[in-house]
Amino acid sequence: MNMLKTLAIAAAGLALSFSAAQAAEGQMPAKGISYSFEGPFGVFDEGQLQRGYKVYKEVCSACHSMRYVYFRNLSQPGGPGFSEEQVKALAATFTVQDGPNEEGEMFERPGLPSDHFPSPFPNEQASRAANNGAYPPDLSLITKARPGWYGTFNQLVNGIGGPQYVYSVLTGYTPDEELSEELLKEQPEGKHYNPYFANGHWIGMPPPLTDDQVTYDDGTKATVDQMARDVSAFLAWTAEPKMEERKRTGFMVMIYLGILALMLYLVKKRIWSKVH
Amino acid sequence: MSGHSNYQPTTAFGKWMHERLPIMELVKGQALDFPTPRNLNYWYTFGGILAVMLVVQIVTGVVLVMHYTPHVDYAFASVEHIMRDVNSGWMIRYMHANGASMFFIAVYIHIFRGMYYGSYKAPREVLWMIGVLIYLVMMATAFMGYVLPWGQMSFWGAKVITNLFSAIPFVGDSITTLLWGGYSVDNPTLNRFFSLHYLLPFVLAALVVLHIWALHVPGNNNPTGVSVKSSQDTLPFHPYYTMKDAFAIVVFLMFYAAWVFFAPNYLGHAINYQEANPLVTPAHIVPEWYYLPFYAILRAIPDKLGGVIAMFGSILILFALPWLDTSKVRSGNYRPLFKGFFWIFAIVCVALGYLGSKPAEGLYVVFSRILTVYYFAHFLVILPLLGLLETPKPLPSSISDDVLARKRPATAAVPAE
Repeated sequence: MNMLKTLAIAAAGLALSFSAAQAAEGQMPAKGISYSFEGPFGVFDEGQLQRGYKVYKEVCSACHSMRYVYFRNLSQPGGPGFSEEQVKALAATFTVQDGPNEEGEMFERPGLPSDHFPSPFPNEQASRAANNGAYPPDLSLITKARPGWYGTFNQLVNGIGGPQYVYSVLTGYTPDEELSEELLKEQPEGKHYNPYFANGHWIGMPPPLTDDQVTYDDGTKATVDQMARDVSAFLAWTAEPKMEERKRTGFMVMIYLGILALMLYLVKKRIWSKVH
Repeated sequence: MSGHSNYQPTTAFGKWMHERLPIMELVKGQALDFPTPRNLNYWYTFGGILAVMLVVQIVTGVVLVMHYTPHVDYAFASVEHIMRDVNSGWMIRYMHANGASMFFIAVYIHIFRGMYYGSYKAPREVLWMIGVLIYLVMMATAFMGYVLPWGQMSFWGAKVITNLFSAIPFVGDSITTLLWGGYSVDNPTLNRFFSLHYLLPFVLAALVVLHIWALHVPGNNNPTGVSVKSSQDTLPFHPYYTMKDAFAIVVFLMFYAAWVFFAPNYLGHAINYQEANPLVTPAHIVPEWYYLPFYAILRAIPDKLGGVIAMFGSILILFALPWLDTSKVRSGNYRPLFKGFFWIFAIVCVALGYLGSKPAEGLYVVFSRILTVYYFAHFLVILPLLGLLETPKPLPSSISDDVLARKRPATAAVPAE
């Protein structure tokens, strides 16, 4: 059919030509590891999200906020699959500021499921002051905000690689003693070399993970690689907590529209057959 | 407008209503019995698709507004609230964001279809010009909509585009201040963009009514470009085109749904998931894909004011298209030279889009300039000359003759293209 041919050529031309986003200067493409939640039918691995939560809680949350995520989200369907009791217990391990009370004072209390994750610093300035001038970004949306690689066609097929970006940054440090002379010369005070980092090669965050830093409840061995995979998967969920619902709904919508299109085509064909 | 109907009310209520507001006569004459050329192909279904997309955008938009907060401190968070806490809010927002892209895909196909079949020529000049106006209002609406989530690209895109107006001599700075509601892109900017983003779709809807009115006076053009001569050439709109359009619309909705449910962020910018920060400029500020050709034209001109004039000129020139094309033959099917130049022009537009996505440096600028010159030459030189130089192929004597000539036994059930 002439029209389909034209559309196909146009689409192919567009896909090959446009490169909507530009790679930041010299950013190395993220490592292409795969996750359970990729593809149109991919779902999160509950065990992995629970492990990832533990890494966030025990490592990342010291510096990184996650202000768009609530404790109650952790027991919602399509997430880490904690029970409501577990969520109550783990929310209580955080201290949350509340108030003012009847005396007009702010006070601290244990977290509730209805609270969002408390931020480690009261504001950006405090955060920079405590982190050698660097500002640890909020992690709620980090896997949607940071592409791991570029290329119009590449991103269409493989996604933007946000979780892979997080994984690659966490596992991609070059220790200072392995750096070349030239790099050591240009090394800014207190920065670390990481070719996967989006904003130049020098990152303010010291290598955050070491083997056995956390103790997984399910007995999984906590290697750096394992923790990086788990926490990046967890951050993929925090960025898109409705992903499973979205794909499931999409599947039904496509079937519905497919059947409707077929029926309409047959009706249309039948009506038009009387004309010619 | 009621000339195509022989509507006779059959019920008592129908008669009562007909004497007071003959709306059923209008519906029957304009939407059901309206005589439509029998040879319209699927390229002609995009008008209906666009009407559906406008409705989808308005309905999803109205729901989004119920949950959105137009304030620089809360806008980004309220969008995340929609994505996380509102029932099916993620779906409404993804439908609206991707719907804008689908709207533009459909409108570009619709515009190029009109260009290929010469649908802008007499007696359809006003129809065409209302269409160009619709396109302009669509662009303004989409631009302001993209600012509302208050992400990094929202903010910096708004800054770059509103800054363009400052290039206008004498009044430029005042216009920019008026657009901003102050001396920089800030809360007043967000508020007025929100207000206008809600208003303009209804202006669009009114323009669409005029567009359809202007369509229904001369009637549809068709792939032969030959005017309707007798009732042999036409079919009533219903059921023939209601069903053909409905099928095309549902196929288009499948394409749309594939984006919404399986790649909802692909057509946007990742950096827009970072809240706007006036102190941090993104490495590359790139508009949405549907503005890229015009962005390339803007940056091709080394002078700011010149760039702004060229960019707006590249759209405004479409208003003059009915008079720039000197050929009496409408359809590109019968214009061998035009056909080639049409496709070259289409490729040039896509290539400009590609260049618009690239940084303004080196060879990209050189090619942008060459293609910008070609873009304007297409309208100002090629089209006027072609009409004078070209020998068109013989036209069919009528639409029905053409349909019958194309009809072969093996394809009897397939409508002619």
